[in-house]
Amino acid sequence: MHLHRDILAGALFVAIGALALLGARGYPVGSAMRMGPGYFPVVLGWLLIALGALVGLRAARRRDWQPLAWDWQPLAWISVSILAFGFLMPRLGLVPALAVMFPAAAAAGREFRLREVLVLTAVMSAFAGGVFVYGLRLPYPLFNF
Amino acid sequence: MEILHSLELGFGVALTAQNLAYCFAGVALGTLIGVLPGIGPLTTIGLLFPLTFYLPPIPSLIMLAGIYYGAQYGGAITSILLNLPGETASAVTCLDGYPMARQGRGGAALAISALGSFLAGCLGTLLIALAGPPLGEWALAFGPAEYFSLMLMGLVGSAVLTQGDAVKGLAMVVVGLLVGLVGTDVNSGVPRYAFDVPELVDGIGFTVIAVGLFAVAEIVTNLERREPQPVFTGPLVGLMPSARDLGRSFWPALRGTGVGAFFGLLPGTGPALSSFAAYMLEKKLAREPERFGKGAIEGVAAPEAANNAAAQASFIPTLTLGIPGTAVMTLMLGAMVMQGVTPGPQVMTANPELFWGIVASMWIGNLMLLVLNLPLVGVWVRLLRVPYRWLFPCIVMFCAIGNYSVNNNPVDVYLCAALGVLGYVFAKLECEPAPLLLGYVLGPLMEEHLRRAMLLSRGDPSVFFTRPISLAFMLATLLIFAIVLKGLIRPAARGVP
Repeated sequence: MHLHRDILAGALFVAIGALALLGARGYPVGSAMRMGPGYFPVVLGWLLIALGALVGLRAARRRDWQPLAWDWQPLAWISVSILAFGFLMPRLGLVPALAVMFPAAAAAGREFRLREVLVLTAVMSAFAGGVFVYGLRLPYPLFNF
Repeated sequence: MEILHSLELGFGVALTAQNLAYCFAGVALGTLIGVLPGIGPLTTIGLLFPLTFYLPPIPSLIMLAGIYYGAQYGGAITSILLNLPGETASAVTCLDGYPMARQGRGGAALAISALGSFLAGCLGTLLIALAGPPLGEWALAFGPAEYFSLMLMGLVGSAVLTQGDAVKGLAMVVVGLLVGLVGTDVNSGVPRYAFDVPELVDGIGFTVIAVGLFAVAEIVTNLERREPQPVFTGPLVGLMPSARDLGRSFWPALRGTGVGAFFGLLPGTGPALSSFAAYMLEKKLAREPERFGKGAIEGVAAPEAANNAAAQASFIPTLTLGIPGTAVMTLMLGAMVMQGVTPGPQVMTANPELFWGIVASMWIGNLMLLVLNLPLVGVWVRLLRVPYRWLFPCIVMFCAIGNYSVNNNPVDVYLCAALGVLGYVFAKLECEPAPLLLGYVLGPLMEEHLRRAMLLSRGDPSVFFTRPISLAFMLATLLIFAIVLKGLIRPAARGVP
C-alpha cells in the first residue's frame, strides 16, 4: 500500500540530489587524493539520485496505490505563526510577537475559541517573560516600541 | 581502584546543590513536555535544549541528562496510560503496559518502568566506567580510515535498523549528510550551499533541524488526526508495585539490561531494537507466554530496562569515539559540541572532570527521576487531560523562542519554519527523520576523515580494506546489509503491532 507515497518520496530524493549537484557546480572537485570542496557533495548528490530512483522504481512496479491525504491548513497556520514570531520579535519585542504568534498557531487547531486563545496568550506571554527574560536573563525587550 | 577513583571524581563534580537543582529542573521540564501526547523524547530534548545553552558546560549537560530521563519517562507515561508511544522504543512498552493500565495497574506499571530503568541505569553507569577507558585507549589507535569506516557502519546501521524502509532510511542519511555540508568548508574555506545568505555560511544550526524536522512536523501531524486520542482516565490505584510484581520483574529487568547494553554498544542499532529483542526474549523464557500482551509486568520491565541500558551504553561510543549511536545521542553530542567539548578518545584524558561528571550526572538524572517523579505521577497524569488545543500553541512558542535564542537571529526561526514544512512532507511520505539527523551531525566529520584517509593513502581507496580495524567495520557494514537483504530482522520487527 505504501506505493504512491514512495514514488513521491523517490522523486523528492532525486530532486534534492539534483539540487545538490546543481549547487556544487562551482566547487572544485579535485582528485581522489586531494579532494576539493566539491568532491563529497557530488558523490552524495549522485548517490541520493540513485537511491531516490530505486525507491521510486520499486514502488512503480506495484499497483496497490493509495491516494495521500494532504492537510495543508494546519501546516500553513503553524508556519505563519512561527514566521510572524521571527519577524516581530526583533522589531516589536517579545510580548507583541507572542500576541500574534498564539492566535495564528491556535488557528491551526480544529476549534478556535477566541476567549480561550486570548487567555492563553496573556498567561503564556507572562510565563515566557518571567522564564526567559527574568529567569534566564535573555536580552529581549518585552516591548520594543 | 581506578574506576572508583574516576567515579568519585565524577560525583564530586556533579553533586553540588546547584547542579542538583538544574538536574531537578531538567527532569521536571523533560517530563512536563515528554508527557504531552505525540511528543517523543527526541522532540522534547530538541525543544528544551536551548534552555541549557547559557549554563556552563557541566551544569548544562547535567540539566540535559535530567531532561533526557524526564523525557524518557514522559514517553513511558503516555505509552502505558494512553497506548501512545512517542518513539519506536516505547512501542514495545505499550504491549503490556496499556493492558496493565486498563486493569487498574497503571501505577504499578509506571513504577516498574522507573525501577527497571534505574536498575539498568546503575549497571549502565558501571559499564561506562569499566568499558569507557579501554575503548578510549583502543580508539587512540584509530586513524582517519578507521573513523570513516566506523561512521559508515553507524550511519548504515541507523538507516537500516530503524523502523520503516531501509532504502528510504539510507536516502535520508544522505540528505542529512548534505544538510551537514551547508556552511564553510574547513579545508578550503569555500562556503558551500550558502547561496550568499550570511547566516548559512556558518551552517544550519542543530536546534533548527531538530525542532523544525521533529517538533513542528509532529504538531502538524497531530493536528491532522481527526479523532482526539482517548485518554485513559481510570483511577490509578496503588502506585507501588506488590512484592510479587517486584519479584517477577527483577530477572527480566536484569536480562533486559544485558540485551540493551549489547545493542547500545553498537553504533546505530539503538534502543528500538534492544527493547524489542528484550521483549521477545522474555516471552520465550516465560513459563506462561500467553500472559504477554495481556498485562504481564515482565513485558514492561524488560523493554524499559533494555531501552535505558541501550541509551546508557550508547554513551560509550558517543563519548569515547565521538560517534553517536542513536538520534537522542546525536542531540547530546550536539549539545556537547555547542559547549565547546569535542567528544573523542582525548576527552577522557584531557578533560576527566567533564567526562566523569557526565557519567555521574546521567546516574543522578536517573535517581532524580525515581525519587521525584514517582510521587508526582498523579500530577503528570492530570496534565494528560489538558486539551491539546491549549498545549500545541505553547509548544509552538517553545519552538520559536528556542530557535530565536540560539543566535538571537530571526533567520533561524524562518529556517525552522521551512524545515517544519519539509518535516511534514517527510512524515507524510513515511521517511524517518532520525537517520537524517545522524547524517547531519556526522557529515562534516565523515568528509574530513575521508579526505584525510585518501590523502594519506595517496588516493588509494583500498586503505579502508587493508587496515584491520577499518576492515572489521567495513565487514560489519556489509553484514548489516546482508541481514537486511535476507529479511532476517525487518519482517520480525514488523511483527510488533
